[in-house]
Amino acid sequence: MIRKLTLAALSALIITTGGAFASGGSDGHVENIRFSFDGPFGAYDQNQLQRGLQIYTEVCSACHGLKYVPLRTLSDLGYSDAQVRAYAAELEIFDAELDDFRPRLPTDHFPDSSLDNAPDLSLMAKARAGFHGPYGLGLNQFFKGMGGPEYIVALLTSYSGEEVEQAGSTFYENSIFPGGQIAMSAPLVGEDVEFADGHSNDLHHEAEDVAAFLMWAAEPKLSARKHVGFMGVFFLSILAVLLYLTNKRLWAPHKNRKED
Amino acid sequence: MAGIPHDHYEPKSGFEKWLHTRLPVVGLVYGALMIPTPKNLNWWWIWGIVLAFCLVLQIITGIVLAMHYTPHVDLAFASIEHIMRNVNGGAVLRYVHMNGASLFFFAVYIHLFRGLFYGSYKAPREVTWIIGMLIYLAMMATGFMGYVLPWGQMSFWGATVITGLFGAIPFIGEALQTWLLGGPAVDNATLNRFFSLHYLLPFIIAGLVIVHIWAFHTTGNNNPTGVEVRRGSKAEAKKDTLPFWPYFVIKDLFALVVILVLFFAVVGFMPNFLGHPDNYIEANPLVTPAHIVPEWYYLPFYAILRAFTADVWAVQLVSFVTGGIIDAKTFGVFAMFGSILVMAIVPWTDTSSVRSGAYRPMFRWWFYLLIIDFIVLMWCGAQPAEPPYSTIALIGSTYWFAYFLVILPILGVIEKPLPQPETIEEDFNNHYPSSKTPAE
Ligand code: HEC
Ligand code: HEM
Repeated sequence: MIRKLTLAALSALIITTGGAFASGGSDGHVENIRFSFDGPFGAYDQNQLQRGLQIYTEVCSACHGLKYVPLRTLSDLGYSDAQVRAYAAELEIFDAELDDFRPRLPTDHFPDSSLDNAPDLSLMAKARAGFHGPYGLGLNQFFKGMGGPEYIVALLTSYSGEEVEQAGSTFYENSIFPGGQIAMSAPLVGEDVEFADGHSNDLHHEAEDVAAFLMWAAEPKLSARKHVGFMGVFFLSILAVLLYLTNKRLWAPHKNRKED
Repeated sequence: MAGIPHDHYEPKSGFEKWLHTRLPVVGLVYGALMIPTPKNLNWWWIWGIVLAFCLVLQIITGIVLAMHYTPHVDLAFASIEHIMRNVNGGAVLRYVHMNGASLFFFAVYIHLFRGLFYGSYKAPREVTWIIGMLIYLAMMATGFMGYVLPWGQMSFWGATVITGLFGAIPFIGEALQTWLLGGPAVDNATLNRFFSLHYLLPFIIAGLVIVHIWAFHTTGNNNPTGVEVRRGSKAEAKKDTLPFWPYFVIKDLFALVVILVLFFAVVGFMPNFLGHPDNYIEANPLVTPAHIVPEWYYLPFYAILRAFTADVWAVQLVSFVTGGIIDAKTFGVFAMFGSILVMAIVPWTDTSSVRSGAYRPMFRWWFYLLIIDFIVLMWCGAQPAEPPYSTIALIGSTYWFAYFLVILPILGVIEKPLPQPETIEEDFNNHYPSSKTPAE
């Protein structure tokens, strides 16, 4: 019965969380992407994050914000203190004490969204993590680590080019966005930015880079977390073996009684 | 303490004697640790330790989280992000608390179904069972209020839906709901009191756990055969039992560590798998999520809640008889609380004199079906409330009630049990036949 029940319980977990699909469920197809941060040992690729930041800065930040992300954490991307300070200083913030605008400091956060209906992107990569296919079983997320970054790439690359006029506003056809029509015009079309290192800037590469950057923005402590996970698994496994042997030894006289 | 005859603590040194005559605390601990435990307990008996561990884990991680958390509608969501980004070890701490709640419920469900299979609820362990049910209810309340604290979309809308249930109670419902929320809708007052109660309830659970343990230390543990430990004399009892320390402490610790390996894998590698992505969007009373889904551990009961819609004849009948006071919504609420109540009264609805399901050839299959039913209901709870899910949920809910209210009472009468071992010693020795090799 032990095995039966354990299996049942495990499948229950997978099934139900699978069922807890995101509000972002849609008809479009989200492709799995092998990001560098997938899997138990995956980590962010600093070069990719830097490219992502560049795309974010030059394109997305025109409308979106990252209000929960402190600018100082840009040092995670491999920038020096001076570079972070220079980046921050480009952005202004209203200081109530001065009653005036001043340049941001590394201790300040990224600005809020400047366009009212553009959502803040700080947590977007985790807020759209719910692609629990197939059949709502959560298996793609479980085995492939599919989630928010895949959704963002799919969203950015699934514009048909059609526009729809509705109640005075324009919507853009997108097969990934729930409902099929999104208020954001295609922000990337390919070759939107020039990378200093000449890295390819076609639409798909750009989408992947900015999605990776947004994943970092949402989960900056990913590596520390995986490290704790690994240490926990490793040392507890050793402890488990020791306890198994202790337990076996302890019970042996009672289990292997000698008939005399 | 009454129960199985065993050795008692004898204070030896002068200080021990001095203390013992004033406060017999060492004796208490000794008694609890050296309690005679049936030696044939299998691996299903390890979940109690896992549960105790979870409670301590949640209290410790919770207290540290509370040092950095702000229970205010404008600040709560941001304070969670502060914990995740700026507090040393904060991200791991929060993920441990989040997934710790899941481990807690995972363990309680196995623990509970263990009890249902081996008849651990039967006399003389009814009080242990009832206290366990109270712990489970308190856990549900704690988990629910904890989930509101991060103030994400699911926090807010989950709270709105669940407190709305109280509003469905006839006559007093609306007043009760307003009183619970501290206002007409989920708002700052709600968040504040939920934080306060979320902090308080785990300590009430801790108190209940002590009473739970006290109760089964008085009756002795059940065991896979359901046959009682012989209590004629100390020598007789010793043949059926081994002391809790060290035999079961080490065994349980081994199991706990294996489970923690999996737990750390979840926390480290997929900490959001069990959560809902919408909770990473700050609560917004103006935007209702497409599907409001509670945490996985409430899903079976959520499915029962939603299963009884207005087109079910039982609902129509009750509605007609009560002159519409009990409508479909109220019916669902009663069904949900009823589904837990029927579990609580199972010591009296199960008529079989045989305790362990291992010797009940018919019972066993109905029990396995109950497990499947529970899983199916859990799945239904996560699906939208529309056909075919609503039909499946209705069948599942019906089986849940039928199991406790019809099947168990009848089985006890018509079932012919299999022969049970005479003693625990016999069962244990059958499992581990002695090696015939002569002593060297
Ligand atoms: C011209 C302004 C504008 C720009 C530039 C822009 N966005 Fe948007 N974005 C919006 C608006 C408006 C919405 C809300 C769309 C809706 O809800 O219909 C949105 C929504 C989103 C969403 C959420 C979709 C969902 O599932 O709800 C994501 C993700 C997103 N944008 C990513 C980006 C990225 C990445 C970039 C940069 C490459 C970018 N946006 C550039 C205006 C913009
Ligand atoms: C019975 C034990 C407990 C259970 C089952 C439990 C469950 C939960 C759950 C499900 C959450 C939401 C997690 C999330 O989505 O972020 C939560 C959050 C929280 N809990 Fe607990 N908890 C328990 C004990 C405690 C205790 C004792 C405290 C404090 C003294 C505490 C403090 C907090 C705080 C501050 C939060 C908000 C932070 C967060 O959301 O991560 N918890 N709890």
